[in-house]
Amino acid sequence: MAQTLDVLTETPSQTAGPYVHIGCIPSFAGLEGVYPEDLGTSPISDGAKGEIVTITGSVYDGTGWALRDAMIESWQADAAGRFPGQEDADPNVSGFCRFAADKESGEFTLRTVKPGPTKGRNGLVFAPHIALWIVARGINTGLQTRIYFEDEDNSADPLLARIEQRPRVETLIAKKTSAGAYRYDIRLQGTGETVFLDL
Amino acid sequence: MSDNGVLMPRRREAHPDAYYPDYKTSVTRAPSLPLLSMEATPSEETGPRFGHGLIGALDNDLIRNYATGEGLAIGERIRVHGRVLDETGRPVPETLVEIWQANAGGRYRHVKDSYFAPLDPNFGGCGRTLTDAEGRYEFMTIRPGAYPWPNRANDWRPMHIHFSIFGHAFGQRLISQMYFEGDPLIERCPIAATIRDRSQLDRLVAPLDMQNSRGMDYLAYRFDIVLRGRRQTMFENKPEGM
Ligand SMILES: [Fe+2]
Repeated sequence: MAQTLDVLTETPSQTAGPYVHIGCIPSFAGLEGVYPEDLGTSPISDGAKGEIVTITGSVYDGTGWALRDAMIESWQADAAGRFPGQEDADPNVSGFCRFAADKESGEFTLRTVKPGPTKGRNGLVFAPHIALWIVARGINTGLQTRIYFEDEDNSADPLLARIEQRPRVETLIAKKTSAGAYRYDIRLQGTGETVFLDL
Repeated sequence: MSDNGVLMPRRREAHPDAYYPDYKTSVTRAPSLPLLSMEATPSEETGPRFGHGLIGALDNDLIRNYATGEGLAIGERIRVHGRVLDETGRPVPETLVEIWQANAGGRYRHVKDSYFAPLDPNFGGCGRTLTDAEGRYEFMTIRPGAYPWPNRANDWRPMHIHFSIFGHAFGQRLISQMYFEGDPLIERCPIAATIRDRSQLDRLVAPLDMQNSRGMDYLAYRFDIVLRGRRQTMFENKPEGM
């Protein structure tokens, strides 16, 4: 016998189910009057510094069908690469947003400022990106991924560099469709499957 | 709790299988390729924080937060309480806990729920609170009903409350479900069964807590939650893998 470790184990995940909106964005579910407004309706407020960008996309299942019931959360740094709460961070960037696939079309839209490069431990620098967390019925543990931008220099990003099959890098890169507008689709399974993260 | 130190990697074997054929929707929504694993970065080690200004006086009382006038939600009155800790055993203070659930008849107040059990005009079904300095939280609510759902021909969800917890880092983000001790539907539920490790599933089953119940008022259930922790070490100045 050895000594007993005193490290606890994380509580297991369970699917957010089809009614996740009731708990997280109740007005989207048609449930009004409990909270004054839904949490995380925008990651920025008036006066946020930097380029305003709009990212549109869908979450597709393995058959190519766009999920109508997905909920996504995003978290990001400000235009200077500072996270909310860090010194000198932009007070008009909360960095956090909750948005849902449209009930009719399955399309989502995120309007935010484009983040700056962020600094990690040991001098690592990450290209501008937005962290995503995707939950829905049928997803048993929330899926992590990232949005990078095709018009930024992603060549030295330490996370993208870890993707062995180079064409898969493209699944994390939002494509510019017009000034300030990007397309970013998430494919849960199959051809063009998005790189999902464990970090 | 210290917010320094690298987030411990997620022990994926402690979580559900992504692909679980008895839960039919997972079949087309589970990634088929491996996740890309690496050490957490600032995007995972920072995260949104919410203050007391967000929380209304009735936000953690689902019996009253949607009721009109003197009305109360219908159902068995329960208090759900517990602590949020991290893997190192430290409490996670001031973190947002959100819950949502069906009413006593097993019906959700959602545009997509068409089950014919009636809506309760005094029950909305969502609540939220912040943990205190010791990581404690509590809700007053009614015990949700079991409900049938379209999966196999006769599948029923055990009574459950959905939980969403933030922690202090986006990489700690967790959504799970709390079940009730003694519910025979837990054993028959393909969603519960997505968790392969039986001892892990047991951690989602809240025991009846008579000592924290109140006579002539409510029963209590205890539900503790553990989020990812941070490795505390003096040796963090080397790049990963070197
Ligand atoms: Fe449910």
